[in-house]
Amino acid sequence: MSRLKPQKEYEKTGAFHFFRWLSGSKDPYLGEVEMQPQKEMEIPEATIIERMNEKQMIRDKVYDVEHNKELLFFHRIYVASAILFCVALVGVLLFTVSYLPRTGNPANPDNNEVSARYIESGLQETGALNIVSGMILTYRAFDTFGETNVLFIATCCVMVLLMVDDAILKKQEVKNDRRYEPKNDAILQGTAFVLCPIIFIFGIYVILNGHLSPGGGFSGGAILGAGLILYVSAFGFKKTQKFFNEHVYKIAKITALCMYGIIGSYFYILGANGIENHIPLGTPGHILSGGIILPIDICVGLEVACTMYAFYALFRRGGL
Amino acid sequence: MTLFQYMLMAFLIVCAISVSFSKNLLNSILIYMSYSLVMSIIWVCLQSPDLAITEAAVGAGVTSILFFATLKKIHAIQVEKENTKINSEEASSAQEQKEAEHHEQA
Repeated sequence: MSRLKPQKEYEKTGAFHFFRWLSGSKDPYLGEVEMQPQKEMEIPEATIIERMNEKQMIRDKVYDVEHNKELLFFHRIYVASAILFCVALVGVLLFTVSYLPRTGNPANPDNNEVSARYIESGLQETGALNIVSGMILTYRAFDTFGETNVLFIATCCVMVLLMVDDAILKKQEVKNDRRYEPKNDAILQGTAFVLCPIIFIFGIYVILNGHLSPGGGFSGGAILGAGLILYVSAFGFKKTQKFFNEHVYKIAKITALCMYGIIGSYFYILGANGIENHIPLGTPGHILSGGIILPIDICVGLEVACTMYAFYALFRRGGL
Repeated sequence: MTLFQYMLMAFLIVCAISVSFSKNLLNSILIYMSYSLVMSIIWVCLQSPDLAITEAAVGAGVTSILFFATLKKIHAIQVEKENTKINSEEASSAQEQKEAEHHEQA
């Protein structure tokens, strides 16, 4: 590396501190700030019982309905007004609903040029037999991208809150291997042995046929995630980690999100500037058709499946 | 068909009320699960199979499993029996270890 200043002077500059912080070689808080693990509060059982007794006594005194006539009156009015309020709220809501137009009426405000465009030229423009899929993944792909980001950020937050250090996890596992799951439950394992492949195949089918039949990325991903959860609860985390560990999880999740971003931005930028995008639409009804819908469906499906499984694993064990 | 839908809707209302009135949290999750399942049938009747698949997978499947996991985490499901089981297992494993050590010594 070519620098004008010698090493000792360079170490005093802000750039050195900045790049040291950026590369993570030194944590600025380490050693400077006093950090101590919090001690767990220990409350002896006697004080808990005492406190509960006191609470009960105070409650008995305050809510002594038999002797306190005022309180009894207030209590009755309280219940009556609560019921009255609920009934009034239900009445207002029902009254408002009665003003809504009937479903299927051609004069409804939702029957405008937007839905007419979707229904009339959706098949030619998106190449998808399932108009709903074509709508949410082509016309409104940006919204779906936002939803996918929400899922990604949600798992990140759950990880921050619930992730347990690897060393602690390994210690616990040595102590008791199947602490978190039922131990060799014959019925559960037999059922999972039959059901898991069917669920996985159905999930993949729903994802890949998102542009032809009902379903799509989100539903198929949720089915895949549910299948993974069933597998974990039957066979334990160790067997699942052979094909779905943290490494695979990270690669799948980030690749899916980036792929969606790249495909989507290519599509929007060209479309916004009126340039032809050269994505073949194919014949409607074939499996390889629908332009960007199929790859985006696969991306969303991977993302959702990873999210569902990660939620379960983090809630249950604190690690993937 | 409309009669069938009205029956399902009535079931939904009964479910929604009984969720809030049931004392046991586990029961209310099970009722919520059946609510989601019936809701997915109603989605099919309303000709939106996309939503039906999602509702069945997310509402009846994943959400309730996450609720179960949460209940277990906050010890709302009775875990006393399991604890005693784990303790006995640990004790038995400790005994096995001791026996193994004896064998090695011998």
